[in-house]
Amino acid sequence: MTTTNGATAIDLKSVKVFYNDKLAVDDVNIPIYHNKITAFIGPSGCGKSTVLRSINRMNDLIPGARVEGQVLYHNKNLYGDNVDPVEVRRRIGMVFQKPNPFPKSIYDNVAYGPRLLGIRDRRTLDEIVERSIKGAYLWDEVKDDLKKSGLALSGGQQQRLCIARTIAVEPDVILMDEPASALDPIATQAIEELMRELVKQYTIVIVTHNMQQAQRVSDYTAFFSIRKAEETGGQERRWGVLGEYAPTDQLFSNPKAEETERYIRGEFG
Amino acid sequence: MQSELQIGRKSEVIAKALVNDADGSPRIEKRARLFDDFIRYVLLFCGIVSIFTTLGIVVVLGRESLLLFSTLDAQGQPVVTLGEFFFSTSWQPAGLKFGILPLLESTLMTSFVAMLVALPLGLGAAIYLSEYASPRVRGSLKPILEILAGIPTVVYGYFAVTFMTPLLQGVFGRDTVQFYNTASAGLVMGIMILPTIASMSEDALSAVPRNLREASYGLSATKFETISKVILPAALSGIVAAAIVGISRAVGETMIVALAAGAGPNWTMPPNFFVAAETITGHIARISGGDLSYNSVDYDSLFALGFALFIFTLGLNLLSRYITNRFREAYQ
Repeated sequence: MTTTNGATAIDLKSVKVFYNDKLAVDDVNIPIYHNKITAFIGPSGCGKSTVLRSINRMNDLIPGARVEGQVLYHNKNLYGDNVDPVEVRRRIGMVFQKPNPFPKSIYDNVAYGPRLLGIRDRRTLDEIVERSIKGAYLWDEVKDDLKKSGLALSGGQQQRLCIARTIAVEPDVILMDEPASALDPIATQAIEELMRELVKQYTIVIVTHNMQQAQRVSDYTAFFSIRKAEETGGQERRWGVLGEYAPTDQLFSNPKAEETERYIRGEFG
Repeated sequence: MQSELQIGRKSEVIAKALVNDADGSPRIEKRARLFDDFIRYVLLFCGIVSIFTTLGIVVVLGRESLLLFSTLDAQGQPVVTLGEFFFSTSWQPAGLKFGILPLLESTLMTSFVAMLVALPLGLGAAIYLSEYASPRVRGSLKPILEILAGIPTVVYGYFAVTFMTPLLQGVFGRDTVQFYNTASAGLVMGIMILPTIASMSEDALSAVPRNLREASYGLSATKFETISKVILPAALSGIVAAAIVGISRAVGETMIVALAAGAGPNWTMPPNFFVAAETITGHIARISGGDLSYNSVDYDSLFALGFALFIFTLGLNLLSRYITNRFREAYQ
């Protein structure tokens, strides 16, 4: 698929996230380009996962979470009054940090999303399941035993199953929240290679703790950092901000902010 | 006081607490730990006591019930055969008729009515508490449920007689509904079991990991789709366990049926829920409360009933194990 240069799939405009009225992330502006991998990096507590989860309204599930600003998708604000989170998640899928296959068969895991869309025909489902598992490079390992529980697979296979499950509904955007952090190096490599394949068809946003991973797989990188302020009473308030956003090679080879440079040199994390 | 730690040297307090041999080398040889051994045997004893009391009860039940089947009448024939015990529809100890069916029927009827009330309401309450209620609501409702589960059953028995029966009579008419009846006892028994089922099911539902819910929502499931397709199947084993505990309690419950279901076995076919009928437990309670002579046939027959009840609940437990192993979606 060819990329329209400069076309964004998602536009984060002045996004602020609050938990119970406490500011968690302040004023984030990031364009997410079509058929590119955008990586969110930064130290723990900088709000990169929080921002990722605001893109498909997963933050709605956390009591007390509130998002201000705009997350634009096809010129519609995902936080508009009449936006249904269920519909949003049909088009913006998610892969989680810890592989979380359902305690169901491999087949039923992958067919879960299509079935929610109302697809019942057995042959159609068979095709979707096969295509999706092949798309996640898992087919050769599981094709003889699709009835086996998804939990019987190894960690790396489980994560690829979760990716297969996500691409089964062909989302426009796939959000990945540290998808390889629970995996060994070989499984991690498989996931990274898979991401490079998937990006030909999908737009991907990945949160990662691993700077080498961001460097290896992503096209654009957003570096988040932490701001602190003393409150009256001596308590410290912390919130995340977008430190720097640039094409990945530029951000890593020639960071503009000193903080970014210190972070990618590994001076804090 | 010296507080500075030197590398390779232990501080004074630690050095004092460790034991060295005479030559100063560290003592690491095995030594007797009497208290640990003692605890181990005490715990073993506790386990053995509970196992052997259970076994003892089963043996006594079995032996005494065998006596019933080996008793001969004036003609030298057995008073009751196993076949008659299980398949004849008359229980009249005075007439030497020992057919369990009328008692078993009312036990099944009261339990059925109870589960009809307790299972849907209990499961519904559990789903509400675990999936819909705010933490504050759940925090206050869950303890209330557990308190309800602790109300003495005799209170429920009174409730059946003084409230439920008049209510049923008001709705269906005094001509249809006798004062003592299995419907009233069953309904109130259902209310009694409800908190147990709700509480146990809620535990099972809440134990389903959050990441499974997230996976489902992330794939664009609605709340109800997530509950019905992911959470309930994953919690099934716990829910079935709750249901079986409920059924076992219903089958074994005595006070409510003794007070509200009626005295005297009554075989009705088709089952009539509005007439008085005695359950197995109700019968045992009534008869053993009277002046029953030791070693009489009536006496032995109670043990046979108890044994049958035991086999019945044992079967339920085995069934629940089978069901949970067969259908559950284990998430770990």
